[in-house]
Amino acid sequence: MSDAAIVSRRSFWRPPPLLARLGVLAGLLALWEAASYAGLVNAFIAPPPSAIFASFEMLFVQEGLINAFVRTFAEALAAASIGSVIGISAGYALHRYKMAGLAYTDWVAAMASAPLVLLYPLFLVIFGRNSATIVAMGVVGCLPPIILKAKEGLDGVRPVLLNVGRAYGLSRWAMFSMIQFPAALPTIFSGVRIGLLFAIINVVGVEYLIVFGGLGQMISDLGDRFEIPAMYAGILFVVLVSICFFFITEKIEKWLLSSK
Amino acid sequence: MTIPTLRLTNVAKTFTTGGGSVRALEPISLDIRQGEFISVIGPSGCGKSTLMNIVGGLIDDYEGEVQVDGVPVRGCHKSIGMVFQEESTFPWRTALDNVAFPMEALGVEREERLSRARDLLKLVGLDGFEQRFPSELSGGMRQRIAIARTLAFQPRILLMDEPFAALDEQTRLLLGDKVLQIQQELSQTTMLITHNIAEAVQLSDRVLIMSFRPGRIKRVLEIDLPRPRSSKMMGGERFGHYVAAIWEDLREEASKGLQEMERLRAGV
Repeated sequence: MSDAAIVSRRSFWRPPPLLARLGVLAGLLALWEAASYAGLVNAFIAPPPSAIFASFEMLFVQEGLINAFVRTFAEALAAASIGSVIGISAGYALHRYKMAGLAYTDWVAAMASAPLVLLYPLFLVIFGRNSATIVAMGVVGCLPPIILKAKEGLDGVRPVLLNVGRAYGLSRWAMFSMIQFPAALPTIFSGVRIGLLFAIINVVGVEYLIVFGGLGQMISDLGDRFEIPAMYAGILFVVLVSICFFFITEKIEKWLLSSK
Repeated sequence: MTIPTLRLTNVAKTFTTGGGSVRALEPISLDIRQGEFISVIGPSGCGKSTLMNIVGGLIDDYEGEVQVDGVPVRGCHKSIGMVFQEESTFPWRTALDNVAFPMEALGVEREERLSRARDLLKLVGLDGFEQRFPSELSGGMRQRIAIARTLAFQPRILLMDEPFAALDEQTRLLLGDKVLQIQQELSQTTMLITHNIAEAVQLSDRVLIMSFRPGRIKRVLEIDLPRPRSSKMMGGERFGHYVAAIWEDLREEASKGLQEMERLRAGV
């Protein structure tokens, strides 16, 4: 093969990954739209994408999408904050007490893979049908990854850094706040990040199940009123918000790692 | 008679493991005067790091006694500062904040600790790098930060455990000069653990040669070279004489150590 051919092959335009992803998405939506108009899928059960996008206006104007979003977001954030305090403390305990770590870490890992959202009736009985139940369920959802990552991060702190602290005679709290926590922070943050996503899933799920407050209730209401395109628009909105969180927190995590 | 800055009296250590006990250190007694620079040299496995960890307080269940200025100490102590062999700077703190760390832990006012940290960075030749993170600096620079950070504690005794081991030869020589200069400027009592003979001769007033396991002091050699010293003296005849004398003692121990290592590796 001649050099020129190699060069021309190398410089052949390849679509950047983002464009390729969006291309596939647009293609699927176009297929769906066409199938809907051709009568291949039931337009009532699976309304065409154009109808779903059109109903976003209704969500904003009539259904109070912004308020619902703010409420859900605040509940998820509250859950992740409470979950972080409890989870990092629990992770520290599993790190510090070797026996406890050996005994319970597997339990926490098992909890992470269980559908904890099914526990909601228990919390409904304890807290009643209100925000407390939703936040508590969010906390339950975000705990396992936060605990596991906190333990992993603290276990991974280099022994020489701890020796530096010991040589300076640091108290246990100073050792944690000045050495262990900052050294483990990138790993701890990745746990909090996954925890926040789990909290959003649980919060929206429980809002939907107990028909109370936020995006979950909004979607449930729309379904009950057979506003199917708007219901899908609501679900789409939740998915988009989750994706945004995923990318924003990923950026923060990369930034934390780069400063390490 | 003046009280020595550091006095070890019959310091010994036996490690107990599941499979029995290992005598790491035979009783060692030693006096170090104010401002003296001593090196402890020995083959791998002679217990020199154990000795350092005992004096530094990281090991506190040992036999015998360690005294600083005539007062017995056990466990980590403010009067003894340690510089470690491994990279030990805090990657999330700037050079300046790394050096200020011990003062922050002690609760020194922010202004004062930062100004002292600036002075110390200047002392180790890192002025201009205050706001850099360790990841942006070379291995030699990071080790100088670690030294400055330990000095910020104003220890009576500076303990250094092979602080240059991870560095290349040239950096090592230049850093040795730097340590000498600092030590003379502060008249800092210093104990260096090393297995580099030239380094021990270049820096020390006295060199302690240790035997292979169980570690004991085989010989103490006074290095009678004029001060101020620098790495330029290394070509000199007397310098070579000291290096040869130490190697003669060390050779036997090192080959014992090597044989032991090979025996262990072969599983005999």
